[in-house]
Amino acid sequence: MSDTEQFPVTMTVNGKKVQRFVEARTLLIHFLREDLNLTGPHIGCETTHCGACTVEMNGMSVKTCTLFAVQANGAELTTIEGMANPDGTLSALQEGFRQMHGLQCGFCTPGMIMRAHTLLKENPNPTEDEIRMGISGNLCRCTGYQNIVKAIQYAAAKLNGTDFQEAAE
Amino acid sequence: MIPGEFIYHRPSSVAEAVAILANHGEEARPLSGGHSLIPMMKLRMAAPEHLVDLGGIADLKGISEDGDMISIGAMTTQHELIASDLLGSKLPIIRETSQLIADPQIRYVGTLGGNVANGDPGNDMPALMQCLNASYVLTGPEGDREVSARDFYEAAYFTKLAPEEILTAIRIPVLPAGHGYAYEKLKRKVGDYATAAAAVVLTMSGGSVSFCAIALTNVADTPLFAVEAGDILTGSTLDAETVKRAVAAAEAITEPASDGRGPAEYRTKMAGVMVQRALARAAERAKG
Repeated sequence: MSDTEQFPVTMTVNGKKVQRFVEARTLLIHFLREDLNLTGPHIGCETTHCGACTVEMNGMSVKTCTLFAVQANGAELTTIEGMANPDGTLSALQEGFRQMHGLQCGFCTPGMIMRAHTLLKENPNPTEDEIRMGISGNLCRCTGYQNIVKAIQYAAAKLNGTDFQEAAE
Repeated sequence: MIPGEFIYHRPSSVAEAVAILANHGEEARPLSGGHSLIPMMKLRMAAPEHLVDLGGIADLKGISEDGDMISIGAMTTQHELIASDLLGSKLPIIRETSQLIADPQIRYVGTLGGNVANGDPGNDMPALMQCLNASYVLTGPEGDREVSARDFYEAAYFTKLAPEEILTAIRIPVLPAGHGYAYEKLKRKVGDYATAAAAVVLTMSGGSVSFCAIALTNVADTPLFAVEAGDILTGSTLDAETVKRAVAAAEAITEPASDGRGPAEYRTKMAGVMVQRALARAAERAKG
């Protein structure tokens, strides 16, 4: 077998069309970070558990450490780099994480926000329980999740044009 | 954790995929969602020289009803199973089980076909398919053959699927409206395989059980169809004494490993507890 056989891939990443040649074994996370220089998606566990590498692909949240770049050929992807508003201001979710202290070390945050982004598209008004189940594939070792849940509730309220009431501790 | 090198194939038809598999024999592996195979490749415990991505074959997607059978394309994801109104109304136990598999990201990608074909005793769908008396359509160079889920599993990762065959569809007989069902899974955390799990479907008629099927996940090398436990309960009113005998019959066929999920004796007992809970919840849901 040829050691260096390259496969062409084309995808739309954060609204921009990209075209590259990759080795078939290139994982999507490595393609994003090393070929496209998008280092927002993080490599955490590398074993499909932690969710730090989560991006949106064709409307689904996926863990990019467990997909080959060739599988994403033709796909539309959004990473944390594509989340801010076009004028550079923070999107509702990013603002929520900032306002509610939804991060401490920040390592899980790109994955958390990308997962929450898809969750809110599918369920714009989730209950606390639905948020917790919705982010159950994303691990955070700092916050204890409380403020992440609040950040998502904040974003949901903002996107729905309703008032965010912070629950009593 | 970088997989070994391989040649990537992305056929657009089942026939083309089967031809590639037949050409390369055991050096080729089909790729569905990849959430079992890719981790194994990253650990270099699997190193196929040819990877045949089934993601480009439109025929392998979708859920349809044909008379009293429901047919599910092998590449249908767990997320799609959960979202299906047809399954939600006809076979709601599939939605209940899918929601207990892995986590949301994995359910967008993981497929029913991959889950049942892989032969991993930790997977949840094989026992459910045995409980539902599903059959698998295996497509090879000679055409299709159908194998019952109850006969498909031989040992951990060993199944009736030949290297040149692809599991293309799952066919499930529809249960009568008003049937009771439950999938009970004990696990340590979201994303974990079951310490033990049980699938139960039953129908009630005039306060007694007219039909009952039970199967168990991750308490042996293969999923287990608990035929005797189901037989004991059929005709009963689910009285405590009969349930106790059925649970004992289910426990008796388990052969779990002692591992991080607990010692074998514990997992056997938990299989019994899961059967008991699933029976209670299925009975509550059954009409008639």
